Amino acid sequence: MAEPQEDISPEVFDHLVQLAAMELDSSQAEYLRQELNKQLASIRELAAIQLDDALPMASHGVPYPPEHKPALRDDVWEACPEAEAITAQAPQFEDGYIIVPDIPHTTLE
Amino acid sequence: MELCDLSALEISRLLRSRQVSALEVTDACLARIEAVDGSPGTLDGSQEKEEDARKIHAFISLIADDARARAREVDSQFAAGEDPGPLGGIPFTVKDIFCVKDTPSTAASRILANFVSPYTATPVERMLKAGGISLGKVNLDEFTYGSSNESSAFQPSTRNPWDTSRVPGGSSGGSAASVGAGEAFLSLGTDTAGSIRQPAAFCGVVGLKPTYGRVSRYGLIAFGSSLDCPGPVARCAADAALMMNAIAGADRHDSTAATVSVPDYLAGLDKDIKGMRIGLSPDYFRITFPDAQTGDYQEQDVPDEIKTAVFKAAEVYRAMGAEIIDNVPMPNTRYGIPAYFVISRVEAASNLHRFDGVKYGYRSQNQVNELKDLYRRSRGEGFGLQPKLRILMGMYVSAAQYSEQYYRRALRVRTLIRRDFEAAFDPQGKYRLDALLTPTTPTTAFPMKGVYGDSVLMQYADQLTVPANHSGSPGISFPGGFDAGGLPIGLQLLGPDFSEATLLKMTHAFEKATTDADWRKKRPAVLKGGTA
Repeated sequence: MAEPQEDISPEVFDHLVQLAAMELDSSQAEYLRQELNKQLASIRELAAIQLDDALPMASHGVPYPPEHKPALRDDVWEACPEAEAITAQAPQFEDGYIIVPDIPHTTLE
Repeated sequence: MELCDLSALEISRLLRSRQVSALEVTDACLARIEAVDGSPGTLDGSQEKEEDARKIHAFISLIADDARARAREVDSQFAAGEDPGPLGGIPFTVKDIFCVKDTPSTAASRILANFVSPYTATPVERMLKAGGISLGKVNLDEFTYGSSNESSAFQPSTRNPWDTSRVPGGSSGGSAASVGAGEAFLSLGTDTAGSIRQPAAFCGVVGLKPTYGRVSRYGLIAFGSSLDCPGPVARCAADAALMMNAIAGADRHDSTAATVSVPDYLAGLDKDIKGMRIGLSPDYFRITFPDAQTGDYQEQDVPDEIKTAVFKAAEVYRAMGAEIIDNVPMPNTRYGIPAYFVISRVEAASNLHRFDGVKYGYRSQNQVNELKDLYRRSRGEGFGLQPKLRILMGMYVSAAQYSEQYYRRALRVRTLIRRDFEAAFDPQGKYRLDALLTPTTPTTAFPMKGVYGDSVLMQYADQLTVPANHSGSPGISFPGGFDAGGLPIGLQLLGPDFSEATLLKMTHAFEKATTDADWRKKRPAVLKGGTA
């Protein structure tokens, strides 16, 4: 039996994990990499579909003609009545600031 | 039969004629919950006890005292001659993917386990304003990512009321199980690939996925923003119609909530279906899926007993004067899952970037040196495997070098799927359908742990429901009998945009025509102690 094609090598996977900002243990990482490759194999079918060059993309199924779209609200500032309830959810909040660990400064080239 | 086993409409009539009180109704639901639900899902609940296997575990957070207090308020309103609203005194549950002010809103994820919402989602707000009584939040697959409820971080996960060794389906498994077991009359669920209809089919209840934009998504913790649809889970079409009357319509908080006028979904329920055109498509009687080892595609017919249930329903409709149109082509149905694997993952990855351990939700308690480490630790510890999988997949297929091959191509395939629906329902077209009748699922409820872990096979459970999410079309699942193992079979009607009233009417007609059928007399096994 042929081995399934692996698009996502351990190196590509590690790069994705860095971009996704997620720390994984080794057993999770291997399971996820294998599942990703299985999923990619299952969507390879898309590549075989004959698509007319003029076929447009659909960002959503139902069309939104102007008569179905709500009018934009007036661009007027409104105070949020729940500001304290929102900031109360921050894991660390002091003196009106959300506290985070150090943000290293880097110089853009 | 107990109070909690009646329909919401029957309860409403009893309440309005003052034959029962809202408190009695609420207490009947709470007694049923006490009898069949067992321990609620918790973060440290992974060690299941023996008795857990005989309960359904629909709830994450039960608010019994609040519900009783609300019931007393409703009773006071009735006593004062006031109308508490169309859902007055009717207990319901909410899938824990909706924000409800001052209550935990967890998405069944560790990363939101401590999140208390500062506001209430529009559909929930509307149900409460209509007089409904919330019993609390029910379980789901983590962030709605699954078709069995097993991926919830809150264990024990929900089990099927008809056989507790089976899954309830997902992701609105808690919703379907709570309604199926008589714990609540209604539940608010969401459907991104079939997440209302598939669990409704597995649990023997009615589930309506409205047209995209028919019900506001404000306050729904997002999965796939172009696919997500809130909608009702109920025990019959009339109850779903009652709930749609409360939740449907435009919302200033959601620019995708369409400004299409909302009909009275109850008013037309009893109208004749004579002359309506109902289609059958061979493309909904087989599934195509890749072999786990080779990736080669296999085609398989749906099981005979499911096919037979659909054909019998077609005969019921024909006997009522509907015209049955055979061989309606829906050729792009098979591409629904591959396209979904791409589109939903890109949208999920985008939506999940907001969870960072900074603004709300879980923050790692481990020592970190800098902000990026906090992100990595908090997300690594807070997300379960399914969100992680979706983030990684979404990032891969939308990366600049792969976007043309995957994401942009999937969006064009979505156009093809939409065109299948437009051709079938075109009033001037060849088929001119009012609805397409299909199975809801390719199988009945599968065993717990039977599929979980295989993310590809699990996704293919949605093959017959996901095309309507791509096209934005409404769909309803309703009970159509049982398989040889005593598990419910779900039938699905799909319709043109904003045709919910028609789908509800057709479902109601089927319910009336089969009201004396033997299979309608069956009751969930959990009421007798567990397995079928």
